[in-house]
Amino acid sequence: MTDTSENAITIRGVTKIFGDDPQTALAMLRDGKSKAEVQAETGQVVGLDAVSLDIARGQIFVVMGLSGSGKSTLIRHVNRLIEPTAGDIFVGGENVLAMSAEELRAFRRKSVAMVFQKFGLLPHRSVIDNVAYGLEVRGVGRRERREAAAKWIETVGLAGYEDARPRQLSGGQQQRVGLARALALDTDIVLMDEAFSALDPLIRSGMQDQLLELQKTLNKTILFITHDFDEALKIGNRIAVLKDGSVQQVGKPEDIVLRPANEHIEEFVRDVNKARAIHVRSIMETGETELCEQAVSMDARCEDVLPLFADHKWVGVLDQSGQQIGRVTARQVIGALARHG
Amino acid sequence: MDDGLNWVVREWGDGFEAAAYPLLALLKAIEDLLIATPWWLIIVILVGIAWLASRRWQLPALVLGALLFLGVMDLWKDAMATMALMLAATLTAIVLSIPTGVWMSRSARVRQTITPLLDLMQTLPSFVYLIPSVMIFGPGKIPALIATIVYAAPPLVRLTDLGLRSVDPAVMEASRAFGTNPRQRLLGVQIPLALPTILAGINQTTMMALSMVVIASMIGAGGLGYQVLQGIGRLEVSRGLFAGLGIVALAIIFDRTTQAFGRRLQGRIGLVETRT
Repeated sequence: MTDTSENAITIRGVTKIFGDDPQTALAMLRDGKSKAEVQAETGQVVGLDAVSLDIARGQIFVVMGLSGSGKSTLIRHVNRLIEPTAGDIFVGGENVLAMSAEELRAFRRKSVAMVFQKFGLLPHRSVIDNVAYGLEVRGVGRRERREAAAKWIETVGLAGYEDARPRQLSGGQQQRVGLARALALDTDIVLMDEAFSALDPLIRSGMQDQLLELQKTLNKTILFITHDFDEALKIGNRIAVLKDGSVQQVGKPEDIVLRPANEHIEEFVRDVNKARAIHVRSIMETGETELCEQAVSMDARCEDVLPLFADHKWVGVLDQSGQQIGRVTARQVIGALARHG
Repeated sequence: MDDGLNWVVREWGDGFEAAAYPLLALLKAIEDLLIATPWWLIIVILVGIAWLASRRWQLPALVLGALLFLGVMDLWKDAMATMALMLAATLTAIVLSIPTGVWMSRSARVRQTITPLLDLMQTLPSFVYLIPSVMIFGPGKIPALIATIVYAAPPLVRLTDLGLRSVDPAVMEASRAFGTNPRQRLLGVQIPLALPTILAGINQTTMMALSMVVIASMIGAGGLGYQVLQGIGRLEVSRGLFAGLGIVALAIIFDRTTQAFGRRLQGRIGLVETRT
């Protein structure tokens, strides 16, 4: 048995089969039949096939996959909006599948908040009452919950819109309401199901920046679903790639860019902006190096150092305390970018 | 079968009558209230409701015109009797239909059982169930009221069920994800969002109840329908025509007012004017 208390979320061998006879299909899957074979023979659709993930506390964990890969099904297992056919799910050490209906409702009210692709706002309520909705369900008094909601509305930059109706807002503003509604619950875990996918590229990029900025102070565990590889690379501390309901690769963004596990992932990597994905610290020359005139932090990515090579041959890499831990040259950066070009 | 019915009437007739007594009491109370209320107060109330529903001058003017027509044609008392029958039938239908619609929306099996029953209630010629109900209750207001309810309730049941089921699944899922129980979802999300559809059902119910008044008056409901029947019986074209127009006037008042309420409600919850 794996230790589940270390992780925020632990998913073990979760399989989901859609159809009226999941057990037959499950037995076939366990005999090694493929998803297509199972569907052809039984008409049952395999949504997830033995997915296991360990999601550590305080990180943004991105599940990336194309439509039909099962990513939205997967995220709904964490708060049991969907019941798995087989497998185990632990959140904060608690066995989610063992909860009674009442325990599950308490768990949803207190431990996980969720942001939806289609926003899921209540059209008949004002913005502030939407943001306060989770607290209202939790039983927080009107005054207290509206105060909390007002604070979060301001944090996401919607001050002044408290009494507007959701339909009066643009898509980006509506999703800010959705985000504020989830954050107002102050849960350790936030589930984000394609939260930014319905937004225009520019708005989306702004929302990503805002999420990263908020995460610096909030330190929540965020499970983020997306079909956009660039988005995954930008916000993910770790990324899992899902295809046809099974996990293809799990790792840090640069692991996936530099060492794609299979052809499917290589296809994604080919079109991606690698300069944004690769951290300089993963390609730097380490050991005793002489101090460089120009240096960047260890969180810098290749795109950040490229302009510096115009005037400098070497660029140093510093750790949090300002100590130089390595250095890179233009040659190393270009080499890393070209390797999978 | 006829013998069986006779036996039911003999043995249980009193019991049925006692069971239907609350309905009669409701009808009586509404009718007495409407007749005791001075005519100008009723005009003020109905015109006021029309204004609240539409916030424009056109609808209140229409309602005022319709009510004045009833007064000028000396149909006021009959109109109040008809209105009482319609209101009693509609109120009873609301009390019965909305919970039935909620129940149907939650279970496919319940829906499969009740839908054919509703079809039957709507298509069976009303005379078919008027005869046995007259036999059980005797001629008078109760069978008229029951026949009106049977005929007028189905659309409200159907539209309640439809409205609750067509609430955006994304909103329902979000509500579920926040840990609501089924009652919180019903009262906090489904019913508010289905309200325009439910109101359309109430509108249909009032219209169908009004369309039953002539048939209902055959078994003693009185009111405008009775005037129409007398007009037919005595070949007094004008009496039948004006009483008939009186029914239309009532229909216009209630139809337009409930529709205006529905539109305002839709605007409030953002079902109209949505940017797609």
